[in-house]
Amino acid sequence: MSDHDDDHSHDHDHTHPPSEMELKVKALESLLVEKGLVTTAALDALIETYEHEVGPRNGARVVAKAWSDAGFKQWLLSDATAAIASLGFTGRQGEHMKVVENTAGIHNLVVCTLCSCYPWPVLGLPPVWYKSAPYRARAVSDPRGVLAEFGTALDKDVEIQVWDSTAEMRYLVLPERPPGTESWSEDELAELVTRNSMIGVETVAAPGGEDIV
Amino acid sequence: MRAAHDLGGLQGLGPIAPEPEQSEPVFHAEWEKRMFALTLACGFLGQWNLDESRHARERQRSEDYLKNSYYENWWVGLRRLLIEKGLVSEGELNSARPEPHAKPSALSPLMAERVAAILAKGGPVTMPVDRLPGFAVGDRVRVKSNAPAGHTRIPGYIRGRIGKVVEHHGSHVFPDTSAKGQRTGEHLFSVAFSSEAVWGGSAPGGNFVLRLDMWEPYLDRVS
Repeated sequence: MSDHDDDHSHDHDHTHPPSEMELKVKALESLLVEKGLVTTAALDALIETYEHEVGPRNGARVVAKAWSDAGFKQWLLSDATAAIASLGFTGRQGEHMKVVENTAGIHNLVVCTLCSCYPWPVLGLPPVWYKSAPYRARAVSDPRGVLAEFGTALDKDVEIQVWDSTAEMRYLVLPERPPGTESWSEDELAELVTRNSMIGVETVAAPGGEDIV
Repeated sequence: MRAAHDLGGLQGLGPIAPEPEQSEPVFHAEWEKRMFALTLACGFLGQWNLDESRHARERQRSEDYLKNSYYENWWVGLRRLLIEKGLVSEGELNSARPEPHAKPSALSPLMAERVAAILAKGGPVTMPVDRLPGFAVGDRVRVKSNAPAGHTRIPGYIRGRIGKVVEHHGSHVFPDTSAKGQRTGEHLFSVAFSSEAVWGGSAPGGNFVLRLDMWEPYLDRVS
């Protein structure tokens, strides 16, 4: 990971936004509620869904099942939308899924240079860095440099494939299963899978903490 | 045309500086939560589509787009759509009060009990067209280098570049016209480009492959 006290040169602060925005959004919400265009309860339900229910643990279950079940993996790679739906993960921003497999020779990395396209049903909402200008700019021009910022170093012979999500296809990376996990259950495997490995900026570390590269 | 949202390949933006995965919250402030939910809830009123929503955020001064945080850009985009679609007036937005004699909205707001079902259903964009695909897997194609006015999903960095068709995704709603409110389908292809073909010369640390989804009108065959 990179240090946070570097020349992160935005002139706003992600952690402590100006109270001005708090006021502006409050004003907008109260207007829209008063005009009958939104209901407070529906807003609360939307927030609850993406803050607590839909997130990368879903994707980790997909990956762990693919690692454990060769038939499921084959289905996942040929018809990801249906295979993922069979685990109950469907809907908004995951209508057209594609799973791309990392192997000893190929490493996949996902970005959306034009906005912030991301597979919500399996990963939840994207992290700030995924939506940030530096990531969107450099993932397609210097992917190895980007990976290095996440502490990920790949062998020189590994071919990197960068997926720029320009359409409504949503991409999930199937990371390589780390060695030493042959006897692990699906639940144990799911615990190992990180969100970042399913975007492709990291690999899944082997138990014991050493990175597999 | 190329605006600030079209970021691929731009230099000088500094480090990515990711927050550690385990400690990053989904939202970084209470207002971000509300802004996120307001945008979705208003979207479900059915008065605009996803491409119009993206275009509303893109149609800003480039310096503002870059300066704003992510959900600040959502705030800009939602206000624009609400005004353009006649759901609220500029006066109402400025005063944060409905106009005294405003008629009640005929639209039905999203209700909490419908949220789970409507999210799970999503909004597929496949759309049958009565033409056969114009390209086959293996065809060499060049991305059009014209720069359309309005919304497009051709990133600037890929214009004029030559790649190879790897997969046909079927036909999907075409964003360039969808952003103007017209729902038409076009064949969609996954196209592979070498980093040498895109950036010229060798990439730092080794060459790589870029994969982009391109609609048929974005492409010309290379013989």
